[in-house]
Amino acid sequence: MNLLSLFRRRDSAPVARERLQVLLAHERAAVGGSDLVAILQEEILAVIARHVSVDRDKVQIKLDRGDPISTLEIDVELPSRLRTTGTPRVGGAGQGAMARG
Amino acid sequence: MAQVVVVTSGKGGVGKTTSTAALGAALAQGGESVVVVDFDVGLRNLDLVMGAERRVVFDLINVVQGDAKLAQALIRDKRLENLSLLPASQTRDKDALTDAGVERVVAELREKFDWIICDSPAGIERGATLAMRHADMAVVVTNAEVSSVRDSDRIIGLLDSKTERAEKGLRMPKHLLLTRYDAARAARGEMLKVEDVLEILSIPLLGIIPESQDVLRASNLGAPVTLASPTSAPARAYAEAVKRLRGEQIQVSLPAEQRGFFGKLFGRRAVA
Repeated sequence: MNLLSLFRRRDSAPVARERLQVLLAHERAAVGGSDLVAILQEEILAVIARHVSVDRDKVQIKLDRGDPISTLEIDVELPSRLRTTGTPRVGGAGQGAMARG
Repeated sequence: MAQVVVVTSGKGGVGKTTSTAALGAALAQGGESVVVVDFDVGLRNLDLVMGAERRVVFDLINVVQGDAKLAQALIRDKRLENLSLLPASQTRDKDALTDAGVERVVAELREKFDWIICDSPAGIERGATLAMRHADMAVVVTNAEVSSVRDSDRIIGLLDSKTERAEKGLRMPKHLLLTRYDAARAARGEMLKVEDVLEILSIPLLGIIPESQDVLRASNLGAPVTLASPTSAPARAYAEAVKRLRGEQIQVSLPAEQRGFFGKLFGRRAVA
Protein backbone atom coordinates (compact mmCIF):
# COMPACT_ATOMS: atom_id res chain seq x y z
CA MET A 1 0.00 0.00 0.00
CA ASN A 2 1.49 3.34 -0.96
CA LEU A 3 0.69 6.77 0.45
CA LEU A 4 -1.60 7.76 -2.42
CA SER A 5 -3.92 4.80 -2.07
CA LEU A 6 -4.12 5.51 1.64
CA PHE A 7 -5.60 8.93 0.90
CA ARG A 8 -7.78 7.79 -1.97
CA ARG A 9 -9.51 5.01 -0.04
CA ARG A 10 -13.12 5.75 0.89
CA ASP A 11 -14.84 4.20 3.86
CA SER A 12 -16.59 1.09 2.59
CA ALA A 13 -18.73 0.32 5.64
CA PRO A 14 -21.35 3.03 4.90
CA VAL A 15 -21.70 1.63 1.37
CA ALA A 16 -22.23 -1.88 2.78
CA ARG A 17 -24.82 -0.53 5.19
CA GLU A 18 -26.80 1.24 2.48
CA ARG A 19 -26.70 -1.71 0.07
CA LEU A 20 -27.98 -4.03 2.78
CA GLN A 21 -30.80 -1.73 3.80
CA VAL A 22 -32.13 -1.50 0.25
CA LEU A 23 -31.68 -5.21 -0.50
CA LEU A 24 -33.32 -6.43 2.71
CA ALA A 25 -36.28 -4.10 2.33
CA HIS A 26 -37.00 -5.89 -0.95
CA GLU A 27 -36.25 -9.40 0.27
CA ARG A 28 -38.49 -9.03 3.32
CA ALA A 29 -41.33 -7.92 1.04
CA ALA A 30 -40.74 -10.81 -1.35
CA VAL A 31 -40.70 -13.59 1.27
CA GLY A 32 -44.13 -12.75 2.64
CA GLY A 33 -46.15 -12.08 -0.49
CA SER A 34 -45.83 -13.05 -4.11
CA ASP A 35 -43.20 -11.82 -6.49
CA LEU A 36 -44.91 -8.67 -7.68
CA VAL A 37 -42.25 -7.80 -10.24
CA ALA A 38 -42.58 -11.18 -11.97
CA ILE A 39 -46.37 -10.85 -12.06
CA LEU A 40 -46.21 -7.31 -13.46
CA GLN A 41 -43.80 -8.42 -16.13
CA GLU A 42 -46.02 -11.32 -17.22
CA GLU A 43 -49.20 -9.25 -17.29
CA ILE A 44 -47.67 -6.32 -19.14
CA LEU A 45 -46.35 -8.69 -21.81
CA ALA A 46 -49.73 -10.41 -22.05
CA VAL A 47 -51.43 -7.08 -22.76
CA ILE A 48 -48.95 -6.26 -25.50
CA ALA A 49 -49.24 -9.76 -26.96
CA ARG A 50 -52.99 -9.28 -27.33
CA HIS A 51 -52.31 -6.65 -30.01
CA VAL A 52 -49.04 -7.68 -31.62
CA SER A 53 -47.03 -10.87 -31.67
CA VAL A 54 -44.15 -10.53 -29.25
CA ASP A 55 -40.92 -12.38 -29.81
CA ARG A 56 -39.82 -13.43 -26.32
CA ASP A 57 -36.17 -13.30 -27.33
CA LYS A 58 -36.55 -9.63 -28.16
CA VAL A 59 -37.91 -8.58 -24.80
CA GLN A 60 -35.45 -6.97 -22.46
CA ILE A 61 -36.32 -6.70 -18.83
CA LYS A 62 -34.39 -4.51 -16.45
CA LEU A 63 -35.10 -4.14 -12.80
CA ASP A 64 -33.52 -1.57 -10.56
CA ARG A 65 -34.28 -2.12 -6.93
CA GLY A 66 -33.83 1.23 -5.28
CA ASP A 67 -34.88 3.35 -2.39
CA PRO A 68 -37.46 4.90 -2.26
CA ILE A 69 -38.66 3.58 -5.65
CA SER A 70 -37.83 0.67 -7.89
CA THR A 71 -38.18 0.71 -11.62
CA LEU A 72 -39.20 -2.13 -13.88
CA GLU A 73 -38.26 -1.48 -17.46
CA ILE A 74 -39.71 -3.72 -20.15
CA ASP A 75 -38.27 -3.09 -23.58
CA VAL A 76 -40.28 -4.82 -26.31
CA GLU A 77 -39.12 -4.82 -29.88
CA LEU A 78 -42.06 -4.61 -32.30
CA PRO A 79 -41.88 -5.42 -36.02
CA SER A 80 -41.69 -2.02 -37.81
CA ARG A 81 -44.46 -2.80 -40.36
CA LEU A 82 -47.02 -2.87 -37.60
CA ARG A 83 -46.23 0.69 -36.61
CA THR A 84 -47.85 3.69 -38.26
CA THR A 85 -45.73 6.39 -36.63
CA GLY A 86 -42.73 6.86 -34.37
CA THR A 87 -39.78 4.61 -33.68
CA PRO A 88 -39.90 0.86 -34.05
CA ARG A 89 -39.21 0.35 -30.35
CA VAL A 90 -41.55 0.81 -27.45
CA GLY A 91 -40.26 1.18 -23.93
CA GLY A 92 -42.77 0.31 -21.27
CA ALA A 93 -41.82 1.35 -17.78
CA GLY A 94 -43.74 0.42 -14.68
CA GLN A 95 -43.04 0.95 -11.03
CA GLY A 96 -41.90 -2.16 -9.24
CA ALA A 97 -42.60 -3.58 -5.86
CA MET A 98 -42.07 -1.42 -2.82
CA ALA A 99 -44.56 -2.94 -0.41
CA ARG A 100 -42.94 -4.16 2.80
CA GLY A 101 -44.30 -7.38 4.17
CA MET B 1 -37.71 -25.34 33.22
CA ALA B 2 -35.30 -26.43 30.50
CA GLN B 3 -34.40 -23.96 27.79
CA VAL B 4 -33.76 -25.09 24.23
CA VAL B 5 -31.50 -22.64 22.39
CA VAL B 6 -30.69 -22.88 18.68
CA VAL B 7 -27.42 -21.35 17.51
CA THR B 8 -27.98 -20.47 13.87
CA SER B 9 -26.79 -18.11 11.13
CA GLY B 10 -27.66 -19.21 7.61
CA LYS B 11 -24.14 -18.54 6.40
CA GLY B 12 -21.33 -20.97 7.13
CA GLY B 13 -18.05 -20.12 8.78
CA VAL B 14 -19.32 -17.29 10.96
CA GLY B 15 -18.71 -19.10 14.25
CA LYS B 16 -21.79 -21.18 15.10
CA THR B 17 -19.90 -24.21 16.35
CA THR B 18 -17.31 -22.18 18.25
CA SER B 19 -20.13 -20.17 19.83
CA THR B 20 -22.18 -23.27 20.69
CA ALA B 21 -19.17 -24.77 22.48
CA ALA B 22 -18.27 -21.52 24.25
CA LEU B 23 -21.83 -20.67 25.32
CA GLY B 24 -22.44 -24.23 26.48
CA ALA B 25 -19.22 -24.35 28.47
CA ALA B 26 -19.79 -20.88 29.96
CA LEU B 27 -23.27 -21.92 31.12
CA ALA B 28 -21.82 -25.10 32.65
CA GLN B 29 -19.02 -23.09 34.31
CA GLY B 30 -21.83 -21.08 35.92
CA GLY B 31 -23.21 -24.28 37.45
CA GLU B 32 -26.03 -25.07 34.99
CA SER B 33 -26.46 -28.55 33.57
CA VAL B 34 -25.94 -28.28 29.84
CA VAL B 35 -25.97 -30.43 26.71
CA VAL B 36 -24.65 -29.20 23.37
CA VAL B 37 -26.26 -30.97 20.39
CA ASP B 38 -24.69 -31.15 16.93
CA PHE B 39 -27.33 -31.00 14.17
CA ASP B 40 -24.80 -30.82 11.35
CA VAL B 41 -25.34 -34.38 10.18
CA GLY B 42 -22.65 -35.50 7.74
CA LEU B 43 -20.30 -32.64 8.63
CA ARG B 44 -20.02 -32.88 12.37
CA ASN B 45 -17.47 -30.64 14.06
CA LEU B 46 -18.78 -29.84 17.52
CA ASP B 47 -17.10 -33.04 18.80
CA LEU B 48 -13.77 -31.73 17.51
CA VAL B 49 -14.15 -28.25 18.99
CA MET B 50 -15.19 -29.81 22.30
CA GLY B 51 -12.22 -32.21 22.20
CA ALA B 52 -14.41 -35.32 22.30
CA GLU B 53 -13.83 -36.62 18.76
CA ARG B 54 -12.19 -39.82 19.96
CA ARG B 55 -14.99 -40.70 22.33
CA VAL B 56 -17.94 -40.75 19.90
CA VAL B 57 -19.70 -44.13 19.79
CA PHE B 58 -23.36 -43.37 19.08
CA ASP B 59 -24.84 -40.17 17.67
CA LEU B 60 -28.03 -38.15 17.24
CA ILE B 61 -29.19 -40.24 14.28
CA ASN B 62 -28.77 -43.50 16.24
CA VAL B 63 -30.95 -42.03 19.00
CA VAL B 64 -33.51 -40.56 16.58
CA GLN B 65 -33.86 -43.93 14.85
CA GLY B 66 -33.97 -45.85 18.12
CA ASP B 67 -30.71 -47.76 17.54
CA ALA B 68 -29.20 -46.39 20.75
CA LYS B 69 -30.49 -45.01 24.01
CA LEU B 70 -29.96 -41.32 24.66
CA ALA B 71 -27.78 -42.07 27.69
CA GLN B 72 -25.49 -44.21 25.51
CA ALA B 73 -24.95 -41.43 22.98
CA LEU B 74 -24.32 -38.59 25.42
CA ILE B 75 -20.64 -37.85 26.01
CA ARG B 76 -19.82 -36.23 29.32
CA ASP B 77 -17.15 -33.52 29.18
CA LYS B 78 -13.91 -34.44 30.93
CA ARG B 79 -13.37 -30.94 32.35
CA LEU B 80 -16.93 -30.09 33.42
CA GLU B 81 -19.10 -32.88 34.72
CA ASN B 82 -22.32 -30.91 34.16
CA LEU B 83 -21.57 -30.47 30.43
CA SER B 84 -22.48 -33.13 27.84
CA LEU B 85 -22.31 -33.49 24.09
CA LEU B 86 -24.70 -35.23 21.75
CA PRO B 87 -22.69 -35.61 18.52
CA ALA B 88 -24.02 -35.70 14.97
CA SER B 89 -23.46 -38.61 12.65
CA GLN B 90 -20.53 -38.23 10.27
CA THR B 91 -21.59 -40.92 7.82
CA ARG B 92 -25.33 -40.39 7.39
CA ASP B 93 -27.09 -37.48 5.71
CA LYS B 94 -29.67 -35.01 6.92
CA ASP B 95 -32.60 -37.02 5.53
CA ALA B 96 -32.04 -39.50 8.34
CA LEU B 97 -33.38 -36.86 10.75
CA THR B 98 -37.14 -37.06 11.16
CA ASP B 99 -39.31 -34.39 12.70
CA ALA B 100 -40.95 -36.84 15.09
CA GLY B 101 -37.60 -38.36 16.05
CA VAL B 102 -36.02 -34.98 16.79
CA GLU B 103 -39.09 -33.94 18.79
CA ARG B 104 -38.80 -37.07 20.94
CA VAL B 105 -35.06 -36.59 21.56
CA VAL B 106 -35.47 -32.91 22.46
CA ALA B 107 -38.28 -33.79 24.87
CA GLU B 108 -36.06 -36.40 26.48
CA LEU B 109 -33.17 -33.92 26.77
CA ARG B 110 -35.50 -31.43 28.47
CA GLU B 111 -35.96 -33.96 31.27
CA LYS B 112 -32.22 -34.27 31.88
CA PHE B 113 -30.74 -30.80 31.38
CA ASP B 114 -31.32 -27.11 32.20
CA TRP B 115 -29.99 -25.96 28.84
CA ILE B 116 -30.05 -27.67 25.46
CA ILE B 117 -27.86 -25.79 22.97
CA CYS B 118 -28.45 -26.88 19.38
CA ASP B 119 -25.67 -26.20 16.86
CA SER B 120 -27.43 -25.66 13.54
CA PRO B 121 -25.84 -26.55 10.20
CA ALA B 122 -25.35 -23.72 7.71
CA GLY B 123 -28.02 -23.21 5.08
CA ILE B 124 -31.79 -23.25 5.31
CA GLU B 125 -32.42 -26.92 4.50
CA ARG B 126 -33.81 -29.73 6.60
CA GLY B 127 -30.95 -29.87 9.13
CA ALA B 128 -31.20 -26.16 9.87
CA THR B 129 -34.99 -26.09 10.09
CA LEU B 130 -35.05 -29.16 12.37
CA ALA B 131 -32.38 -27.63 14.63
CA MET B 132 -34.57 -24.54 15.18
CA ARG B 133 -37.91 -26.36 15.14
CA HIS B 134 -38.31 -27.01 18.89
CA ALA B 135 -36.26 -24.09 20.22
CA ASP B 136 -37.46 -21.74 22.95
CA MET B 137 -35.02 -19.04 21.85
CA ALA B 138 -32.45 -18.41 19.14
CA VAL B 139 -28.93 -17.05 19.04
CA VAL B 140 -28.27 -15.60 15.59
CA VAL B 141 -24.54 -15.61 14.92
CA THR B 142 -23.51 -12.85 12.52
CA ASN B 143 -20.32 -11.28 11.21
CA ALA B 144 -20.23 -7.57 10.38
CA GLU B 145 -20.14 -8.35 6.68
CA VAL B 146 -22.82 -8.01 3.98
CA SER B 147 -23.44 -11.66 3.07
CA SER B 148 -23.61 -12.76 6.70
CA VAL B 149 -26.09 -10.00 7.59
CA ARG B 150 -28.29 -10.87 4.63
CA ASP B 151 -28.34 -14.57 5.55
CA SER B 152 -29.10 -13.73 9.18
CA ASP B 153 -32.08 -11.70 8.03
CA ARG B 154 -33.35 -14.72 6.11
CA ILE B 155 -32.87 -16.98 9.15
CA ILE B 156 -34.77 -14.50 11.34
CA GLY B 157 -37.66 -14.81 8.87
CA LEU B 158 -37.57 -18.62 9.20
CA LEU B 159 -37.41 -18.43 13.01
CA ASP B 160 -40.57 -16.35 12.91
CA SER B 161 -42.42 -18.73 10.59
CA LYS B 162 -41.11 -22.30 10.60
CA THR B 163 -40.65 -23.02 14.30
CA GLU B 164 -43.08 -24.69 16.66
CA ARG B 165 -43.35 -21.47 18.69
CA ALA B 166 -44.14 -19.43 15.58
CA GLU B 167 -46.79 -21.91 14.46
CA LYS B 168 -48.47 -21.65 17.87
CA GLY B 169 -48.54 -17.89 17.46
CA LEU B 170 -45.90 -17.35 20.15
CA ARG B 171 -43.01 -14.93 19.90
CA MET B 172 -39.62 -16.50 19.24
CA PRO B 173 -37.01 -14.64 21.30
CA LYS B 174 -33.95 -13.93 19.16
CA HIS B 175 -30.54 -12.65 20.21
CA LEU B 176 -27.77 -11.32 18.03
CA LEU B 177 -24.25 -12.59 18.66
CA LEU B 178 -21.81 -10.53 16.63
CA THR B 179 -18.67 -12.60 16.15
CA ARG B 180 -15.20 -11.99 14.70
CA TYR B 181 -15.68 -8.30 15.34
CA ASP B 182 -12.78 -5.96 14.76
CA ALA B 183 -13.50 -2.68 16.56
CA ALA B 184 -10.45 -0.96 15.06
CA ARG B 185 -11.58 -1.69 11.49
CA ALA B 186 -15.15 -0.62 12.29
CA ALA B 187 -13.83 2.65 13.75
CA ARG B 188 -11.89 3.26 10.53
CA GLY B 189 -15.04 2.73 8.45
CA GLU B 190 -13.79 -0.50 6.91
CA MET B 191 -16.30 -2.77 8.63
CA LEU B 192 -19.98 -2.44 9.51
CA LYS B 193 -20.41 -1.09 13.01
CA VAL B 194 -22.33 -2.86 15.77
CA GLU B 195 -25.07 -0.20 15.50
CA ASP B 196 -25.36 -0.74 11.73
CA VAL B 197 -25.97 -4.47 12.12
CA LEU B 198 -28.37 -3.93 15.01
CA GLU B 199 -30.36 -1.37 13.08
CA ILE B 200 -30.62 -3.58 10.00
CA LEU B 201 -31.55 -6.82 11.79
CA SER B 202 -33.41 -5.18 14.71
CA ILE B 203 -33.02 -7.95 17.27
CA PRO B 204 -31.44 -7.41 20.71
CA LEU B 205 -27.70 -7.80 21.15
CA LEU B 206 -26.47 -10.76 23.18
CA GLY B 207 -22.77 -10.04 22.84
CA ILE B 208 -19.86 -8.92 20.72
CA ILE B 209 -17.09 -11.46 20.32
CA PRO B 210 -13.87 -9.81 19.15
CA GLU B 211 -11.78 -11.41 16.40
CA SER B 212 -9.04 -13.16 18.31
CA GLN B 213 -6.26 -15.69 17.96
CA ASP B 214 -7.47 -17.30 21.18
CA VAL B 215 -10.49 -18.76 19.34
CA LEU B 216 -8.35 -20.66 16.83
CA ARG B 217 -5.98 -21.72 19.58
CA ALA B 218 -8.93 -23.11 21.57
CA SER B 219 -10.26 -25.17 18.66
CA ASN B 220 -6.72 -26.39 17.93
CA LEU B 221 -6.63 -27.65 21.50
CA GLY B 222 -10.16 -29.09 21.43
CA ALA B 223 -11.51 -26.89 24.20
CA PRO B 224 -14.22 -24.22 24.27
CA VAL B 225 -12.49 -20.82 24.44
CA THR B 226 -14.03 -20.12 27.86
CA LEU B 227 -12.11 -23.15 29.17
CA ALA B 228 -8.93 -22.87 27.07
CA SER B 229 -8.23 -19.22 27.88
CA PRO B 230 -10.82 -18.02 30.42
CA THR B 231 -9.33 -14.54 30.77
CA SER B 232 -9.05 -13.84 27.03
CA ALA B 233 -11.25 -11.19 25.40
CA PRO B 234 -13.51 -13.67 23.54
CA ALA B 235 -13.94 -15.83 26.66
CA ARG B 236 -15.00 -12.80 28.70
CA ALA B 237 -17.40 -11.79 25.94
CA TYR B 238 -18.99 -15.26 25.90
CA ALA B 239 -19.25 -15.26 29.70
CA GLU B 240 -21.06 -11.93 29.50
CA ALA B 241 -23.35 -13.21 26.72
CA VAL B 242 -24.33 -16.16 28.90
CA LYS B 243 -25.31 -13.84 31.75
CA ARG B 244 -27.63 -12.05 29.36
CA LEU B 245 -28.98 -15.38 28.09
CA ARG B 246 -29.88 -16.19 31.70
CA GLY B 247 -31.84 -12.97 31.86
CA GLU B 248 -29.39 -10.65 33.61
CA GLN B 249 -29.66 -7.08 32.43
CA ILE B 250 -26.09 -5.95 31.91
CA GLN B 251 -24.51 -3.44 29.58
CA VAL B 252 -22.89 -4.97 26.49
CA SER B 253 -19.20 -4.21 26.49
CA LEU B 254 -16.56 -4.91 23.90
CA PRO B 255 -13.83 -6.78 25.73
CA ALA B 256 -10.50 -5.63 24.31
CA GLU B 257 -7.45 -7.70 23.63
CA GLN B 258 -4.82 -7.20 26.25
CA ARG B 259 -1.77 -6.34 24.20
CA GLY B 260 1.77 -5.65 25.27
CA PHE B 261 3.61 -2.48 24.32
CA PHE B 262 4.83 -3.84 20.98
CA GLY B 263 1.45 -5.39 20.28
CA LYS B 264 -0.13 -1.95 20.67
CA LEU B 265 2.47 -0.41 18.39
CA PHE B 266 2.25 -2.96 15.61
CA GLY B 267 -1.05 -4.74 16.24
CA ARG B 268 -3.15 -2.41 14.12
CA ARG B 269 -0.96 -2.79 11.07
CA ALA B 270 -1.05 -6.57 11.40
CA VAL B 271 -4.83 -6.81 11.06
CA ALA B 272 -5.23 -4.14 8.36
